[in-house]
Amino acid sequence: MSSKEKLTCYHCGLEMSENETVWFDEKPFCCNGCKTVYEILNQNKLAKYYKINETPGIKNTQIDQEIKHKYAYLDDPDIEQKLLEFEGGPVKIVNFYIPNIHCSSCIWVLENLDKLNPYITHSEVNFPAKNVRVTYQGDHLTLREIVEILASIAYPPLISLDDLEKDKKKSNKKLLYQLAIAGFSFGNIMLMSLPEYIQQQGFWIEKFAPLFRWLIFALTLPVVFFAAQDYFDSAIKGLRQKIINVDILIALGITVLFLRSTYEILTGTGTGYFDSLTGLVFFLLLGKYFQRITYDYLSFERDYKSYFPIAVTKLVGDKEEVVQIKDLKAGDRFLIRNEEIIPVDGILMKNKALIDYSFVTGESMPIEKKVGDKLLAGGKQKGSYIEIEAISDVDNSYLTKLWSREAFKENNTQTIKSLTDKISQYFTFVILSIAFLAGLYWAVTDHWSTAIWVITAVLIVACPCALALSAPFAFGNILRKFGYHQFYLKNAQVVEDLSKIDTIVFDKTGTLTKQDKYKLRYEGQILSDEDQSIIKTMVKASNHPLSRLIYEYFHNASIKNLDFITEITGKGIEAKVGDDAYKIGSAPFTGAQSEEESTQVFICKNTHILGTFIFEANYRPGLPHLFKQLDKDYKLYVLSGDNAHEETALKALLPSNLIYKFNQSVHDKMNFIYELQKQGKRIMMIGDGLNDAGALQQADVGVALSDDTNVFTPSSDGILKGDRLIQLPRFLKIAKQSKYIIYLSFMIAFLYNIIGLGFAITNHLTPIVAAILMPISSISIVVFVTLLTNIISNSLKYNKFQD
Amino acid sequence: MIALYLTIFISFIIALIFLVLFLKSVKTGQYEDTYTPSVRMIFDDEFSEDDEKDEIASSKAE
Repeated sequence: MSSKEKLTCYHCGLEMSENETVWFDEKPFCCNGCKTVYEILNQNKLAKYYKINETPGIKNTQIDQEIKHKYAYLDDPDIEQKLLEFEGGPVKIVNFYIPNIHCSSCIWVLENLDKLNPYITHSEVNFPAKNVRVTYQGDHLTLREIVEILASIAYPPLISLDDLEKDKKKSNKKLLYQLAIAGFSFGNIMLMSLPEYIQQQGFWIEKFAPLFRWLIFALTLPVVFFAAQDYFDSAIKGLRQKIINVDILIALGITVLFLRSTYEILTGTGTGYFDSLTGLVFFLLLGKYFQRITYDYLSFERDYKSYFPIAVTKLVGDKEEVVQIKDLKAGDRFLIRNEEIIPVDGILMKNKALIDYSFVTGESMPIEKKVGDKLLAGGKQKGSYIEIEAISDVDNSYLTKLWSREAFKENNTQTIKSLTDKISQYFTFVILSIAFLAGLYWAVTDHWSTAIWVITAVLIVACPCALALSAPFAFGNILRKFGYHQFYLKNAQVVEDLSKIDTIVFDKTGTLTKQDKYKLRYEGQILSDEDQSIIKTMVKASNHPLSRLIYEYFHNASIKNLDFITEITGKGIEAKVGDDAYKIGSAPFTGAQSEEESTQVFICKNTHILGTFIFEANYRPGLPHLFKQLDKDYKLYVLSGDNAHEETALKALLPSNLIYKFNQSVHDKMNFIYELQKQGKRIMMIGDGLNDAGALQQADVGVALSDDTNVFTPSSDGILKGDRLIQLPRFLKIAKQSKYIIYLSFMIAFLYNIIGLGFAITNHLTPIVAAILMPISSISIVVFVTLLTNIISNSLKYNKFQD
Repeated sequence: MIALYLTIFISFIIALIFLVLFLKSVKTGQYEDTYTPSVRMIFDDEFSEDDEKDEIASSKAE
């Protein structure tokens, strides 16, 4: 290997320079953490991990000692009991969520955990859900030990407050059961009905018809009473709320079909419409199933609980004690270690804190805090451990209090009627009048029994199968296509909501800007090679995020020996080389004059300012184009929690008629949306951090933008991958077009209904007509809708920067 | 024609068996994770090979 070639870590694939490399077993590693993982795997004959995929690991940031303390709370029997999925004598089963699972090597190594510890009897990975289920012998191995094993090979499970409170997962397999039973009955009934359609009379029919009819009847019972159950429930619910939804018509249709068919076979007057009935239920359930699509690894309902730890280390006198978060009271002192989240508001008592609030604000630059400063819950400590004194308990912290506010609980119950339900209202009214008028006509001209026959026939044929199928298949298909292009929606209803949007509100930090990338710009006189080396050496030892950025900026410079160096927290770094004194830091520290409001670091050599580093937020590419496109059809707003220092940069970048709001608190954002809604606007909010959560909930459609779908996103209606933001106009256009497709399919459905009604009113609706008409209408609608939605979502495939 | 009763009965039973099998497979969670088994399948082979090699190596050492 030539020395010029870039080295990559054997474990995690990180590129590194030669002098940072840790060599072990003739393999390069970027850090001791990665090396340790390799060591453990290699010792236990699991080195094949590195053969399935190259550099399959995730950078191991945890150090052994930290692991030891971090999971002490798992020894608490109360916590353990809540986390276990199954406990039967010595055998225990636990299911972990491990965000690091990302490749086939992960699956392999996690399913061979028994090689790391003989008391682990079995482990099984669910890759899409990023879960691993471990079966172990509880009398030889504790839960804590298992978690420590996982953490030691860089697969730390995420155990959050949510795991404690959540009820054990409810399975939603019912729909699949219903579908299976409906399909089974439908298929068999079709076969068994056939003889009577072909032959009207004769020995065969007379002999076997009763048997077939009762068999068919028996097959129909589970369909009506089990498979179609949800439609009856929903219809009753609708009636109670005095809303006419499409399920009322369906339930009515099923009831009439069932009663009339039963009457026919009881009296021996006919074969009944059982095949149409079961077919109807089968197709409806199919639509429901198609519409239901779940992204196992995403959650739209997350709140702070899925992020907060279960327990912290409390300090009682000199002793450390593990307590559950809910038992933490104001006045308690507790420890927060590197990468741990502060669970309650508190005052910093010991050591220097570097708090990353990215989960709250979307701003990734950590903030420095000194002893005596107030720390808000939700921040993540970076660096050494800190001691905090709680000033509130977990339910009364700033963030958690936000969560319990009404807006979050309301759950948007302002029942916006879906397209289908809106149409069904009129539809129901029209059908009932037709049934009544036709019945009246036949009662007058013929006999009342004929009238009943005709009325039931109208209700049967009008059963809005095609109507009920259009939206599920159209929106379901769009949902799937969007998901394929990394715009994940909560459910099909969101597609419809998207089509009605007229206003879009953007959050700035983390949404318009990239979350973790800052642009570094140097202004001032050109630095000599020696100056560069000295500056690089000065910032090398510092943990401050700005220092690290500067360090990376000088990646070509070499390291120098300094005579003296000291870091003054919150101000800067001072150093001496020979006769020269260097200062790097804030304006007052270096004695520079600063006019700009942006983040700056000055370089001072012997009281002379050499220059300044300016840190600028890095805007996502394609923003001007995106806004220009959206500006044509939507009213646009930009909200920001930051001060206005980026305003000029934004104004240069985006259309001039945008409305900006700076210094917006969490409540301001939410109220802003609410005020717009009062003006009758339909709003889509795009944000990312927890500080947008209120606004996301309040908006008609709240979309959380995320660069990494594995990490936390506030609860929302949809999750959009960061680099897909520029495709937003296309997504919105497709949502709009899908609405027109549904209108079209409604028209086709009505056409079928008119034909069907023709048969019904004239008293010609025989079972065979119904058995042909119903499936044809359903299938043709499904094909029509699926084809068209496929065509319109094709445009998503094109290159991002086109059009 | 009595045979017809029998054939109907048999065909019905067979169909019912498949229904029950399907419901059972849903219940045991076969449809919950449709991706991982496809990856796991590839390792099954390779792993047994490795085991053999290990065994041979260890027996030689003895």
